[in-house]
Formats: sequence, structure tokens, C-alpha cells
Amino acid sequence: MAFSTSNSFFWRGARDALPFILVAGPFGMLFGVFATEAGLDLVQTMAFSITVFAGAAQLTALQLMTEQVPTLIVLISALAVNLRVAMYSASLTPYLGQASLPMRALAAYFTVDQSYALSIIRFETDRTMTLPERMAYFLGTSGPIMPTWFGMTYLGAVLGNRVPDSFGLDFALPIAFLAMIGPMLRTPAHMIAAGAACAVALLAAGIPYNLGLIVAGLAGMIAGAQAELWFEKRKATA
Amino acid sequence: MIQPSDTTIWIVIAGMALGSFLLRFLFIGFVGSRPMPAWVLRHLRYTAVAILPALVAPLVVWPRATDGVPDLPRMAAATVTLVVGFWSKNVIAAILSGALTLALLSALTG
Repeated sequence: MAFSTSNSFFWRGARDALPFILVAGPFGMLFGVFATEAGLDLVQTMAFSITVFAGAAQLTALQLMTEQVPTLIVLISALAVNLRVAMYSASLTPYLGQASLPMRALAAYFTVDQSYALSIIRFETDRTMTLPERMAYFLGTSGPIMPTWFGMTYLGAVLGNRVPDSFGLDFALPIAFLAMIGPMLRTPAHMIAAGAACAVALLAAGIPYNLGLIVAGLAGMIAGAQAELWFEKRKATA
Repeated sequence: MIQPSDTTIWIVIAGMALGSFLLRFLFIGFVGSRPMPAWVLRHLRYTAVAILPALVAPLVVWPRATDGVPDLPRMAAATVTLVVGFWSKNVIAAILSGALTLALLSALTG
């Protein structure tokens, strides 16, 4: 019986995640095209999408690799873009943390924006769900997203070979990043973080080994955190 | 674009795969349900919104395609993308309007 209810929760998760195909699809394809343009072969491109499974971080690594940035800085910067999944992991732990170690490892691999966003809303609103039901729902949300991500990466990589070099792709990656930044600017604190990071990045452009990026990222994080504290304090006293 | 070497590519893939998994496994696997200090969470909230603009700002102001000379079509395309993304919350719509702006202005300015 437990199995059949978990089974239905898996399919419910899969159904809830269907609209996200429209987000993951184009992004997977974008990565496939850019990876090929940057000189990655099909095996490397697919290995990247399958093992890393994080769009913004993959594109960041790609961009920095083509700038001949030292490998360590590439890794630090791209993983910093992905730091939010550590937050997701922390936030899911009260709901999934009691599962067995292999199941937790599996859940960790599938922790992406979409699976997290859908699951945390479901877990918070439906308090009667059992642990197997929660796990089934969480894994179900990846059901439609994972094949889309891999399949569209493949399609992009195959098509990327046919895109002429003069196609203006030099600026496509910055446009993709800017499109992701827009929706992130949810609060004044987020805007202050982004603004501070931009300002420091431009001023620190001359620092060797692309360390300016790390310095600017840290400055933006501190600015955002301080701004959040300031806004909270102001709200408390108002 | 400069073509990275095969070794570099594989090191980055392996490092990203391991690093991304560890970030995801960190709390659900190792830390369990122990709460995180508020100041850590507060800084984590702003990592992506800090790193991505820091990455993109120099690319917009000094585009590589023009050898670092600031360029009106690229600046305009960047602005349109950011504004559309901000108001619509739709990443794909933002990319398309930015790309369209760049294509139109590039055609006009030749």
C-alpha cells in the first residue's frame, strides 16, 4: 500500500513539474550550443550536463574557460553561482533528512531550482505527507526536467556545429546571464547586491587571475546581507 | 573566443561535478537538521545575484567582439534584456528581446 501511494506522489510531482520543461528546454539547448562553440566535443558537453546538472553554473564555467581564466578561479566562480543549492539542501533537510543515506545522496543529485521550489511549497502546505511520499514527490519533480535537460543539451550540441561563427554568439552568453539576473532582483537588498558587485567588478577589472570577479562577488554578497539587515531594522523601528 | 585545452575542460567538468554534488549533499547528507547560523544564510542568499552581475558587467561595458571598445547596440541589448527580465520574470522573453534588439541595432548601424 505504501508503495502505491508513493507511486502516485511521484506522478503528482512529475505532473506539477511539466510547465518547467519550457524553462529547462531552451536553457539546455543554449548550453549545448555554447559548449560546442567554446570547443567542447559532444562527450564533454553531455558529461557536463549530466554530472553537474546546473544551468547558470555550467554557463559561467564555459564563459570563464574561453577567457583563459586559471582553472581554480573558473571552479570557484562557477561553484559560487551554484551556492544556492546548498541553501536548498539546508531547507529540505527537515523534510527529507531522515531518509537512508543512498536516498539522501539521490535527492542531493536532483536538488535543482525547479525540484526545490515545487517540493518546498508542497511539503510546507501538506503536513500529512509521510517520508516516502515526500521523497517520491521530490524525485517525481525531476521526472520531466532531467530528460529535457539532457535531450536539449544534446540537440544544442548537434545544432551548435552548424551555427556559423559570425552569428553574433559573442554576446549571446552575456544576454543569457542578464536575462537570469532580471528576475533575481526581487528585493531592494538583491538590487544593492547586484549593483555593488557590478561597480566593484568594473573597478577591479585590472586585478590579475580574474580575482576581481571573486572580490566583486564577495562585495556584492556583503552589500546584500548588510542591506537586508538595515531594511529589517528600519521596518522594526517604523 | 579562445579554445580551452582538453585537459582543462575535463578538470573543470570533474571539479564542477564533485563540487556541485557536495554543495547539494552538504546539509541533507552531512549536517542533518542542525540549524545554520543566520549570518551564513544571509550571505548565501546573495551569492548568485552578486557573482552573475560581476561576471557580466565587464562583458557589457568592454565587449570582446569590439576589442573592448564600448558599443551602443550591445549596451542597448543588455539594458533591454535586464529590464524585460525584471518586469516579466520570464527568462526566455528577456533573451529573445535582447537578441532582437542587438540584431536590429547591429543591422541599422552596420
